[in-house]
Amino acid sequence: MRLFLVISFIFLMSCAPNKCGVIIAGSTSVQPFIEKVAEHFMEENPGIVVNVQGGGSTAGVQATINGTCEIGASSRNLKPSERDLEIVLIALDGIAVIVHKDNPVEDLSVEQIRNIFSGKTTNWRELGGLNSAIIPVTREEGSGTRASFENMIMGDDVISDACLVQDSNGAVREIIATTPQGVGYISVGLIDEREKAVAIDGAQPTLANLITEKYRFARPFLLLLRDEPKGDVKKFIDYTLSSEGQRILGSSGLIPANQVASD
Amino acid sequence: MKDKIAEKVLLFIALSAILSLALITFFIFQQGIPLIFKAGLANFFSVKWAPTRAGFGILSMIVGSLMVTIGALAVGVPFGLAGAIFLAEFSSKAIQKTLKPVIELLAGIPSVVYGFIGIVILVPFIRNTFGGPGFSVLAASIILGIMILPTIVSISYDALRAVPSTYREGSYAVGATKWQTVVMLLIPAARSGIVAGIILGMGRAIGETMAVIMIAGNALKIPGSILDSVRTLTSTIALELGYAAGDHRAALFACGSILFFIIIILNIIAIRITGRK
Repeated sequence: MRLFLVISFIFLMSCAPNKCGVIIAGSTSVQPFIEKVAEHFMEENPGIVVNVQGGGSTAGVQATINGTCEIGASSRNLKPSERDLEIVLIALDGIAVIVHKDNPVEDLSVEQIRNIFSGKTTNWRELGGLNSAIIPVTREEGSGTRASFENMIMGDDVISDACLVQDSNGAVREIIATTPQGVGYISVGLIDEREKAVAIDGAQPTLANLITEKYRFARPFLLLLRDEPKGDVKKFIDYTLSSEGQRILGSSGLIPANQVASD
Repeated sequence: MKDKIAEKVLLFIALSAILSLALITFFIFQQGIPLIFKAGLANFFSVKWAPTRAGFGILSMIVGSLMVTIGALAVGVPFGLAGAIFLAEFSSKAIQKTLKPVIELLAGIPSVVYGFIGIVILVPFIRNTFGGPGFSVLAASIILGIMILPTIVSISYDALRAVPSTYREGSYAVGATKWQTVVMLLIPAARSGIVAGIILGMGRAIGETMAVIMIAGNALKIPGSILDSVRTLTSTIALELGYAAGDHRAALFACGSILFFIIIILNIIAIRITGRK
């Protein structure tokens, strides 16, 4: 029994964060993209293990401050109270408003979108579409995508209780693809041919418009650090920002940080 | 000696089941109940659910859970009971041997598959036929009604078969028809088994999460008709637990506590019904 304890203790010691590879924790929106980067990174650096976990942006910030992970991931800007961390912008993720591909509506203003989701506009006819009820689909309370949408579009208005609620980008997309009256919002990188993104205030959510900020509805994907990166952590950050890392992020539908107009 | 050991082992196993139930109960209540008092009963039983902005009202979800469960029973009980009566009294051995396993196979289909079928077939059908978003109380009730069929059919069937055949013979002897025998004799005699089947089905309906999330639409508003979208207690927990922290997380455990109460109350009612012979 004592031997077992000693062995497990040694095991635990050897797994102290700095020796057991790099732990990344935080935003579930960032997670799938950073996992891809980590996969390629580990192929090129067989000695280093990168462990990517979810938990949400807020959890990522907390974990970085506490030191439970080397790198935090956030899909929103930090609040003033969280500002003591080093921030690395790795990419931007556009948020697009999507409708069914047969919906004749092509362009909406921020005001119109706000009215749809707050329940003030209820028929597509009022927006130049067919005479049918609007079925808005939103994300669940606590979702980072929802928080970004509320920040960028809703302003002080509250998303109506009458909206359908789904718990992932994929589920929202599935409903919009099969519901002619539906409208929802998802990451730009995840739009496929079964639904279409509407232009907001005349700007389509294309990569070009996102880079030039003609399309303004994007949120940052951030990696967070407690202090200057070193060792394996620095290697991983450098790899993520290298042309190869940025290419991986870009090919997954994000706007790589190296293409973002400096701000 | 061996008997003693077997007895002790069985006692231990029985106690461990009770212990795990007690631990789960304790954990849910310990996590959830403080929030109910912190938020205040008036807030907690309001319709304003905005847990990141101190709105902890779960009334619409309680209503949602009850509506969906009643809907599922409205679909599942008549079909389930009719199926059980047919299988037990009106069909040949050969039909019983094929039909019963087939119905029981329904129970083996994962709920996510039911949900998927709901999204692909039932939801568009309801939207195109009756209007509304399609993701509705009606869709959830129909899918849940089908999901609880095997439970209701097989338990009711067993209860009907368990009625001694002397009862049937006596009934025929006084000139009752087969239908009269079923309605006036067999169903009352098998009542406790039938109600047990319905209660178990109800438990599955109220606790079902995956299929309901997929087809009920999860809107927070209390539905005005069965064509409106609805949010249940279990859906809320599953939808939001991934992100929840602090009071939000506690509020989800409070949802769990309320669900626990609802199920206990339903079970007590059921026991009362079955007990009153």
